[in-house]
Amino acid sequence: MKTKPGYAAVLAVLAASTIAFAGPSGGSISGKVTYEGTPARQKPIDMSKEPGCAAQHATPITTETVVVGPGNALVNVVVYISAGAPDESTPPAQAVTIVQKGCQYLPHVVPMVVNQELKVVNDDANSHNIHPLAKINNEWNKSQPPGTPPFSEKFGKPEFIPVKCNIHPWMHSSFAVLKNSHYAVSGGDGGFTLPNLPPGKYTVTAWHESYGDQTQDVTISGNETKTISFVFKAKPY
Amino acid sequence: MRTLRFFKYFLVVVAVLSLPSPSPAQQMESHIGKLTGHSESGKQLFYRYCWGCHGFRGDGNGENWLPTGSYPYMPYLNIQPRNFVAGTFKCRSTQTGSLPTDQDLYNTLVRGVVNSNMPSWITLTAQNRADLIAFIKTFSARWKNDKPGDPINVPAEPKLTAESIKHGQELFQKLECWKCHGQEGFGDGPSASTLTDSNDQPIRPYNFAVGSRFKCGATNQDLYKIFMTGLDGTPMPSFADVIKPDDAWDLVHFLRTLQVTHKSPELTLWGSTKEGAAQIASRKVSGTPTGSGIKQ
Repeated sequence: MKTKPGYAAVLAVLAASTIAFAGPSGGSISGKVTYEGTPARQKPIDMSKEPGCAAQHATPITTETVVVGPGNALVNVVVYISAGAPDESTPPAQAVTIVQKGCQYLPHVVPMVVNQELKVVNDDANSHNIHPLAKINNEWNKSQPPGTPPFSEKFGKPEFIPVKCNIHPWMHSSFAVLKNSHYAVSGGDGGFTLPNLPPGKYTVTAWHESYGDQTQDVTISGNETKTISFVFKAKPY
Repeated sequence: MRTLRFFKYFLVVVAVLSLPSPSPAQQMESHIGKLTGHSESGKQLFYRYCWGCHGFRGDGNGENWLPTGSYPYMPYLNIQPRNFVAGTFKCRSTQTGSLPTDQDLYNTLVRGVVNSNMPSWITLTAQNRADLIAFIKTFSARWKNDKPGDPINVPAEPKLTAESIKHGQELFQKLECWKCHGQEGFGDGPSASTLTDSNDQPIRPYNFAVGSRFKCGATNQDLYKIFMTGLDGTPMPSFADVIKPDDAWDLVHFLRTLQVTHKSPELTLWGSTKEGAAQIASRKVSGTPTGSGIKQ
């Protein structure tokens, strides 16, 4: 019974999130992203130049250009509505967060809506510089020494932006700046769900940092749940 | 032979006449002090002086970077000329991610870019330079849709003291400038050999020991601006949010002492202290301005 307050808190959070998402009910699109072929082998990262970071990983972490799960699941794929849903002129009030910890970006892929607040956090005891290599948006590059408070930024135009830290060349991330908040990132099993879609015709795009993008047209009527799947051709190099 | 030569001139004339002429909507002005530059005048100058490197379309792919018929591909330049289409500039007085002011671009034309192939254009008239800046702004839509950012405020320089230099040295450690620039400022820090610019071209951190000038100026104010604004398009980030103005001046004072081949009040003062003298004496200048010979 000791854990009761904990359960209560979890329930409260669950309830709150259900209420928050219960707005315009409707159909949904869910499915799975997989690959066929042999994906490139991910190499262990040598962090010996940054001992403070190396010490945080019992076994060296690997690169994350292609992350896979059991059953040929492809992880870190951004699945989003690229056409059919209205552009959101007011971005979600809540900020999305990217954390630098153990010389790694968490999460590896950060989707956000145009003009939504992006919070950048440095949890390490060493400096990082956050350098989004934007082409459509403005390219900026900011230093974040240890102990400095998180800072906020936003991007005004939709774009997939590679992000790197120049001090630690192995650190890579992607910002996916999207036109609306109907998006999901495929999880460890490759699964994704796009809830709360009013009836209509949609174009669904799946984007992967190494394998590019694919689209599918889906028509939703009523409260139905459509299931679709994306299969990416993996390259061994 | 004569006909052939005549034909060549004819081709050049046709080529010049068929240059994409900026439509009225694309015309730009620049404002530098009392001068107003006009892109129509700058266009003539650009296609006389600049396009050999910066390219017909201003994308940095001029003949000197992408020689016609050169195979294997051998550029005459070792650093790619600025791509004006991208609209990203190193030398600014404005925050990272924002456009530079007209004056910033003008200053680059006056001083040239040290250790690169960009010369000083002091030989042109001030009006010519202002016109060129106006024309350069026609290459990127950013100049139409966006405004230059707010300039970084550079407060008056406080008095130079040994304590200021010492504190600057602590900041150099704390902010981890040495990760790229090296503990002694030779541009040989642990991350130096891995650096690339935003076009994936290798780029080297500045070697303080072998030069007096920086890419974006030579004065203490310029040095202050360089690390506060960051050099956009390169690995050098902005420190504007993380260094307080007083601390920034301390860092400027310390960075000057790294320039052991350049006489400065900072170097003289630091050399007159026991700690500073020992430090300066121990520095054996190594490396080159362009950073070749960095240990991989």
